[in-house]
Amino acid sequence: MRDDTERKGPSRRVFLTSGAAIMAGGAAAAQGTTQGADPLITEVQPWASGFGDPVDATPYGMPIRFEEHVVRRNVEWLTESPVSSINFTPIHALEGTITPQGCAFERHHSGAIELSKADYRLMVNGRVDRPLVFTFDDLMRFPRHVMTAFCECAANGGMEWGGAQLEGCQFTQGMIHNMEYTGVMLRDVLAEAGVQPEGTWVYVEGADASSNGRSIPMDKAMDDVLIALFANGEALRMEHGYPARLVVPGWEGNMWVKWLRRIGVHDQAVESREETSKYTDMMPDGRARKWTWVMDAKSVITSPSPQVPIRHGAGPLVVTGLAWSGNGAISRVDVSSDGGATWHPARLSGDVKPKALTRFHYDMDWDGSEMFLMSRAIDDTGYVQPTKQALREIRGVNNVYHNNGIQVWWVRADGEVENVEIA
Amino acid sequence: PALSQPLGLGREALPEEVEAWDVAVLPDGTGLRPGSGSVEDGDEIFYEQCASCHGDFAEGRDSWPALSGGMGTLTDPRPVKTIGSYWPHLSTVHDYIHRSMPFGGAQTLTQDETYAITAFLLYSNGMVEDDFVLTHENFTEIVMPNADGFYPDDRPETEYPIFSAEPCMQDCRDTAPEVTRRAVDLGVTPMGEDGRPAGTIPATFDV
Repeated sequence: MRDDTERKGPSRRVFLTSGAAIMAGGAAAAQGTTQGADPLITEVQPWASGFGDPVDATPYGMPIRFEEHVVRRNVEWLTESPVSSINFTPIHALEGTITPQGCAFERHHSGAIELSKADYRLMVNGRVDRPLVFTFDDLMRFPRHVMTAFCECAANGGMEWGGAQLEGCQFTQGMIHNMEYTGVMLRDVLAEAGVQPEGTWVYVEGADASSNGRSIPMDKAMDDVLIALFANGEALRMEHGYPARLVVPGWEGNMWVKWLRRIGVHDQAVESREETSKYTDMMPDGRARKWTWVMDAKSVITSPSPQVPIRHGAGPLVVTGLAWSGNGAISRVDVSSDGGATWHPARLSGDVKPKALTRFHYDMDWDGSEMFLMSRAIDDTGYVQPTKQALREIRGVNNVYHNNGIQVWWVRADGEVENVEIA
Repeated sequence: PALSQPLGLGREALPEEVEAWDVAVLPDGTGLRPGSGSVEDGDEIFYEQCASCHGDFAEGRDSWPALSGGMGTLTDPRPVKTIGSYWPHLSTVHDYIHRSMPFGGAQTLTQDETYAITAFLLYSNGMVEDDFVLTHENFTEIVMPNADGFYPDDRPETEYPIFSAEPCMQDCRDTAPEVTRRAVDLGVTPMGEDGRPAGTIPATFDV
């Protein structure tokens, strides 16, 4: 249905008017028990009579227009330039675990570059027996591996260290995406060059002007790091590193170097700008942690949330959310509706994969009174997601990165939801 | 496990290709190339190439990054983290500028120009006199003020044991929750036309 006149046809308008009148009287209309017969049922609708779009209308489709709110959004004041900036995944509106690529967040330091497969080159050099250059076609001839992993920006929730700032989990937890990747193992590419015994670190950098160079210890490089060529079934999107990016399961998103062009093997860390000036975490004594690679266990309730108020009144309520851990698989998620006084285990829905987003659901009967909703992730190391206050007691408020503190939503009696902190 | 035998993919990288792409400089000076630059030359180049964003004295203009100042502020409520106050290694300064600056016109600076700008930034941070000349030979003699300000991730020792206790499930609070911070008080979230946070799910029924 692309024609406005059809969508706003007379029967629909009549129904909306009657629906509004009923809503004023209570929650009955929201539950679909209208007074009298529903014309959406009793009248033949145009989509039940005429044609829809033909199969040749959309070679590559976009979401239906009614879902136009499910898009990436940015917050201008966060950065000084939109080409070294961040936007946010609409996690408030998504379900399951796979992030649609078209609305999966972006973080660039010199913009999203256009690099064709023909122009693509990957170099391996340094402490290797044979410095090598690969074309994209070369990479397509290595054995392939598939893995699903979350990419969470180290700064996800960083604006919330000092207090509740932004309204909506898209903004407070949405520097994240989760995709199914196919690519070649970094260790297999390194094996072609032959890593020398003193090669204890790899330095990976991108083809863009910022380069985003980061040092990775050889143990991790030889373990589960993937050079991804496909995401969610198709080539990477331009903004996600087309045609090749690094996937570093469980580790901070900055290290997932996009448009990967060089792997240097070294006997020490490079201590590049992105691992000294940035992605180091200030502690209360004025010193800073460096090399805080792993993203700890974390969760958030995606609905209800500030962008998803409860409009249906009291009764059955689905509480849905995401949990994840860079240290392994999620083993449990607890939900509290009373600000942490009482906790109930939620259901883990679907497959639980290590270092990947995990969906949880908690079905409750809402009595219409206010709630302080919280979720608490536990991973298979036994680590329990801490409160923000517990983190601050150790780290202070200038850590910038790695905020995995428990999120509190204040659900008001009218169903509106706020981002708050509680004592 | 790694492949037991190489597949024979790829071809050998030529020295000029490695030289073109591997421009990384490590803290011990590995990767430095011959060259030099003075504070005086650096001042001139900085004025032409960098000051429009970073200020004439590297102090930062508008909200662009400050490259100097902030000494001794790292325990302040709002620390000012600059090259002088925060960065541990001079190698990072040379490496990052040479590879990724100026913003929007990266990889246009020669080695000598990069040495000169680096010398000027040392001067701007009060670390050298105005007649200083930085070269590949004296480079590693420079010790940054915050060289000892970093330590490797210690969460496995300082946090994981604390956060790995069996969590409370019932009667975990003594008092009713009290709201201490509300994001709505700040009003800094992008808003939709409906006066709600941008991206709010539309109502299915008119309400």
